Amino acid sequence: MTPKSDLPQGTLDLLILKVVALGPVHGYAIAQRLQQVSRDVVQVPQGSLYPALHRLEYRGLLAADWKETGTGREARFYRLTRKGRAQLETEAASWQRLTEAVGLILKLSEGGAQ
Amino acid sequence: MSWWRRLSRRNRMEEQLEKEMRFHLDQHTADLIAQGHNPAEARRQARLALGGPEQVKEDCRDARGTRWLGDLWHDFRYAARTLRQRPGFAAVGATTLALGIGASTAIFSTVNPILFDTLPYPHAGQLMMIWDIFQGARSDVTFHTYREVAARNRSFDALAVMEAWQPTLTSRTSRTSRTSASQPERIDGQSVSAGYFRVLGVAPALGRDFHAGDNADDRFKGPRVTILSDTLWRTRFAGDPAIVGRQITLDDDLYTVVGVMPRGFENVLEPSAELWSPMHYDTGHVTAFETAEWGHHLQMVGRLRPGVTTDQARRELNTITLHPVPDFPRPPWAALKYGLISNPLQGEISRSVKPVLLAVIGAVILVLAIASVNVTNLLLARGAQRRGEFAMRTALGAGRPRLIRQLLTETLLLALLGGALGMLVAELGVDALVALSPSGLPRAGAIAIDGAVFAFAFGVTTLVGLVVGLVPALYAARGDLVTGIQQGSRRTAGGRQFTRRALVVSEVALAIVLLVSAGLLWRSLARVFAVAPGFDAGRLLTMQVQYNGHRYDDGRARRRFLAQALEAVRRVPGVAAAAFTSLLPLSGEQNGTYGTQFEDGRSYDVSRYAVTPGYCQTMRIALRRGRLLDEHDTAAAPPAVLIGESLAKSQFPGQDPIGRRVHVGPLNRPWYNVVGVVGDVKQGSLVDIQPHAVYLTPAQSWFADDTMSLVVRARGSDVTALAPAIKNAIWSVDQDQPIVRVVAMDTLLAQSESQRRFALIVFQAFAGVALLLAATGIYGVLSGNVAERLREIGVRAALGASHGDILALVVRQGMALTGVGVAIGLGGAAAASGALVTLLFGVSRLDPVTYLCVIALSAGVAAIACWVPAWRAARVDPAIILRAE
Repeated sequence: MTPKSDLPQGTLDLLILKVVALGPVHGYAIAQRLQQVSRDVVQVPQGSLYPALHRLEYRGLLAADWKETGTGREARFYRLTRKGRAQLETEAASWQRLTEAVGLILKLSEGGAQ
Repeated sequence: MSWWRRLSRRNRMEEQLEKEMRFHLDQHTADLIAQGHNPAEARRQARLALGGPEQVKEDCRDARGTRWLGDLWHDFRYAARTLRQRPGFAAVGATTLALGIGASTAIFSTVNPILFDTLPYPHAGQLMMIWDIFQGARSDVTFHTYREVAARNRSFDALAVMEAWQPTLTSRTSRTSRTSASQPERIDGQSVSAGYFRVLGVAPALGRDFHAGDNADDRFKGPRVTILSDTLWRTRFAGDPAIVGRQITLDDDLYTVVGVMPRGFENVLEPSAELWSPMHYDTGHVTAFETAEWGHHLQMVGRLRPGVTTDQARRELNTITLHPVPDFPRPPWAALKYGLISNPLQGEISRSVKPVLLAVIGAVILVLAIASVNVTNLLLARGAQRRGEFAMRTALGAGRPRLIRQLLTETLLLALLGGALGMLVAELGVDALVALSPSGLPRAGAIAIDGAVFAFAFGVTTLVGLVVGLVPALYAARGDLVTGIQQGSRRTAGGRQFTRRALVVSEVALAIVLLVSAGLLWRSLARVFAVAPGFDAGRLLTMQVQYNGHRYDDGRARRRFLAQALEAVRRVPGVAAAAFTSLLPLSGEQNGTYGTQFEDGRSYDVSRYAVTPGYCQTMRIALRRGRLLDEHDTAAAPPAVLIGESLAKSQFPGQDPIGRRVHVGPLNRPWYNVVGVVGDVKQGSLVDIQPHAVYLTPAQSWFADDTMSLVVRARGSDVTALAPAIKNAIWSVDQDQPIVRVVAMDTLLAQSESQRRFALIVFQAFAGVALLLAATGIYGVLSGNVAERLREIGVRAALGASHGDILALVVRQGMALTGVGVAIGLGGAAAASGALVTLLFGVSRLDPVTYLCVIALSAGVAAIACWVPAWRAARVDPAIILRAE
């Protein structure tokens, strides 16, 4: 097994919002999607996925409906609310800024730091 | 979405959560099977990946924020169930807390209006009372001082002066129908300057306020108007809406009613006042100093301008008093040399009762603390019994905080039960307190169980619930699994035992503080009543008679009435002696103080008694020298005066005062000759410093008093039984005389100490409760201890310990706890009694008799509390115990 990175604090919410933004999706699919897209680098602890979903729903960033899946079973589908979309944008932007800044710092050569 | 709706949707949410988890697991399992795992393995891996569906669900609930509410509900139901399972425990705990909470709530509702509540006036913080300083003591102000301050100050929006006024109200409306048999009634009222209600900031509900024109200078020609209280208006005038403009008869004069005060109006300066009338003082003749306008008999109250502070006002008053101006001349006795005292009204109202109330508050806090400690101990004992249960719950996954919360919920529920019961206790307590309250307790009418009291009770209940539950909860949550689950193991939790003992010790100590305080007050009161009042208070009936009507404007008519009334009263069977006095000792009357001046110019403040001949004999006041007043001391005879012993000693040390001359009151009157010296009499209260006294006859007084008190010495012991016959005798002389305050001298004597008595009764009750609680505390700890040591006791018995040995073992343990508690308590009492000093009399706060009695009493009670568990321990049959192992 390749070593997996732990998710930095708070990024799980951002990732969920991003996945849900692509279209209504149920919890299991979110877990699958995150794992596939991150090429198995990001291991989402499934135990914390559902509490996160419920928290986001409680905060009004997500909404949930019961719908039939392709296989004919009822599943709880999450979708982004307007508030959730705004939150996603701000969080994505701030993540972008943060990673850029961290990247810049990491690119400093030893001598350049003097 | 409200919490409650969320909670009600709880079941549906639970279902959905369950369904969501199942879907996830099924889906994952299906995927794993598709990847080639066998179904059972796939299922296992899916569960593993999710990390325990129950845990996830719990986290989801947490995430939604409903969990605490659900838990709370669950905790409460669980708590209710546990309490129901042990009704005895619940009853004892709730009753104990009810005593503590009820007592504190009752006390709070009594002191709240006096000490904490703002007065029922707009911006009450701006109200101040102003006093003169006369002979080193605070005194009422004179009318002209009021005039000067009112004219010169800039700090006050309005100032007013007032004095008590007790007119006689007759129901007839015109003087022509004098023969009607209506009962004359004396009404408590106030004579006020026109701005009185403006200062208070309350306007009449009907009609108008007084205006400056009502205070006309001429006291005979000014308009006679009056404002009624709501109560008087409703009771005497049937709430007649057309009352404004009507005339009523007060003291034989017609007064026009100009207004009625609002229903809730509280007149804190004179709570019993039911009507008000403007005072008529002469603003001219300022330098004719021998006038009523220069007498110290007015109370002054003022309302500060907005933004002016108390200190600014004080500074300005200081400046005014230090710099007299020619427009406002001052006589020597109102020269304001020492300034004026000005204090916020709120504090002034409670000044006299504050020491008592603070002591009572302290006492009730102790009671509450003892009750709480007792219940804590109960809970600890119960915690010991429930160790197995807690251990089981911990094993099943309850976290420590969760367990603590559960236990706190239980004690909170217990406290709530106690609080609810406590409200009943408070309800009864408030009634009792009001009934017992010292006469002159300010704002007694405002004492009620109201919103603030409820809030207080609820706050105390919650606090007590938390405090009481915390230690037991921490202990319970600390218990370690293994020993807990092995219920058979009787190894005691040493820490818990130590805590329980410490709590019992503190309970005993607190009870000792209360017992010592009660004891000191008791001994003080005994000492007070041992003080000789200077007269014989037994079999003495007193009543107050007031001249009613213009036919008594003449002093001779008053004296004739006195003589005839005395004659009639003396004829009543059972009357041994009778006399009138203008000033009755220990009655609370305060307006009898006048200045005297001897030939050498030395002057004294004295209590002046205008008494009919025979007064000293009736009261049995001792004659020390010379003679008493008699029938020969008439208006035509040379003025004669008796002086009190202390005055004689101060003025004529080692000399004979008989034949010396003295001015009583105005200096422009003939000298009085001292004809006798009589024993000193306590006037204000038994504990007051002896006031100087002079006695003269009404015939030789420079003015005729408006009210006189009749004192009757009865032959039999039931003096009040004589009252109707005596009243009829007076009414046979004049049926229009109002007779008030018919009371035995014994009762007056007791009332004069009502504050001390009030404190004593409260402390006795609280000390009794405290002692009982402490005793049950000792009993509880020992019982629990015996129960836990049964095996050891059994072994001891098997090894040959006699009943007596085992008895001694247990009793010794209990008495050791008591001993430590008593020792700490005595130290605490010695410190706390400092707060009682103002209430003590003739007893040191370290009075050894009191302390020894308290030690003996608490040791005795503790011994009884120890005896029962000890006896039980001694009866242990070693065979049974050891077989049970």
